[in-house]
Amino acid sequence: MKNVIVGVLALQGDFREHINILKKINVEGVEARLPSEVDDMDGLIIPGGESTAINKLMEKYGFDKKIKQLALSGKPLFGTCAGLIILSKSIEDGKRGLGLIDIDLKRNAYGRQIESFEDEINLNLNHDMENKKFNSVFIRAPKIIRAGKEVRILARHNDGVVLAREKNILVSTFHPELTDDTRIHKYFITMILEYLKER
Amino acid sequence: MKKSSFKVKSGLAQMLKGGVIMDVTSPEQAKIAEDAGAVSVMALERIPADIRASGGVARMTDPEIILKIMDAVSIPVMAKVRIGHFGEAQILEAIGVDYIDESEVLTPADKKYHIDKWKFKVPFVCGATNLGEALRRIGEGAAMIRTKGEAGTGDVVEAVRHMRSIRDEISRIAVMPVEELMTIAKEMGAPYDIVEYVHRNRALPVINFSAGGISTPADAAMIMQLGAEGVFVGSGIFKSSYPEKMASAIVEATTHFNEPEVLAKVSRGIGEPMSGIAVSQLTEEQKIAGRGW
Repeated sequence: MKNVIVGVLALQGDFREHINILKKINVEGVEARLPSEVDDMDGLIIPGGESTAINKLMEKYGFDKKIKQLALSGKPLFGTCAGLIILSKSIEDGKRGLGLIDIDLKRNAYGRQIESFEDEINLNLNHDMENKKFNSVFIRAPKIIRAGKEVRILARHNDGVVLAREKNILVSTFHPELTDDTRIHKYFITMILEYLKER
Repeated sequence: MKKSSFKVKSGLAQMLKGGVIMDVTSPEQAKIAEDAGAVSVMALERIPADIRASGGVARMTDPEIILKIMDAVSIPVMAKVRIGHFGEAQILEAIGVDYIDESEVLTPADKKYHIDKWKFKVPFVCGATNLGEALRRIGEGAAMIRTKGEAGTGDVVEAVRHMRSIRDEISRIAVMPVEELMTIAKEMGAPYDIVEYVHRNRALPVINFSAGGISTPADAAMIMQLGAEGVFVGSGIFKSSYPEKMASAIVEATTHFNEPEVLAKVSRGIGEPMSGIAVSQLTEEQKIAGRGW
């Protein structure tokens, strides 16, 4: 899968962890700090971090418009935690995300850092992939309080949706990049391969 | 479900990477910091420059002030306790701060021992001047490290020295033959298993930020190029002439630390940085990086 190049938004947060996990599955991940740097990439990951900080840096350099363009052109995007907040439709405190996935959120929904946790979830990706348990890390995580009809639910924790996809947009409320498990990133790469085939 | 595991504690530091943590003394300042793009704020009664000026015993901040700041912003809130003062740490855990800084900026409460940080659910960040000190703190349970620098001076020279020292020692250990690791662990006074981790991974097992003297966008960019994974800015924001502008500029410089054109742009017209004190003019007694061991 050497010919696939995945951009990772590197304004702030754990972008290097995403690049490391891509390396494990032989995919080249490239840090993107300016909008012009993502034009040649086949997909984009928006990492975990502080969504307020990432948002501010995105707006300053016009990344918000660029990410909308990418999404509309059909390129796959993957947002983890803060990345999900940025891609979502609306957030409970009245703020709006980019609206690229039909999901509403509550930020820091489990409480402060002492309520952060890791736990096993069951993946429901597709027939070709192992769908057994996945150790997921939730750090001051958001909760999905509404998901539109077109949104496919790929994993739940207790009753809450924690991994979901709508067309070319994949999101998780937890951090697959903080584990050694590559399955969710592999799934994202299959989305990119589908996109490249159809193009 | 596992709460407060080391993965979860150090995981929050991962989310702060590439960002700026700012000292604030009021909800208004906290809002300014958040709007400027800070990833976290350190809630304090007085910023380090004022602690330095006023003397006396510097203690944990009144929980009332910290709680008001926690209410004002959605980003994580940190607060400081004195070195060794587990009583203050218990109080901060009870009010639910997101990170505790066991800090040399406050007056140490214990000359011999640091806090046993494994006992706490809240993660800790600790200061270090060299690799041995960093590894001892990690051995005690710190989930994040920051180089100490010399807080409240606005002089970056010590931050640079500490960051270079840690970086050089990591490179040295990475290339050592395995049989030398026990001896270096003994010489540095560091736990063997963590020395071994550094040898294998050429990195600390936790995130390392830089602190103590960073007061301009150029300072932040330089220290990031030296290997810091993010920066703490204490007095540098609210002792400058335009805190909002300075805060935004340092945030941008920390992200775009390797892009001189961006740095040139954000460094323009941001007013006077804090005036500061040159570390070379401080007596040994006045330096605080030597607190803790």
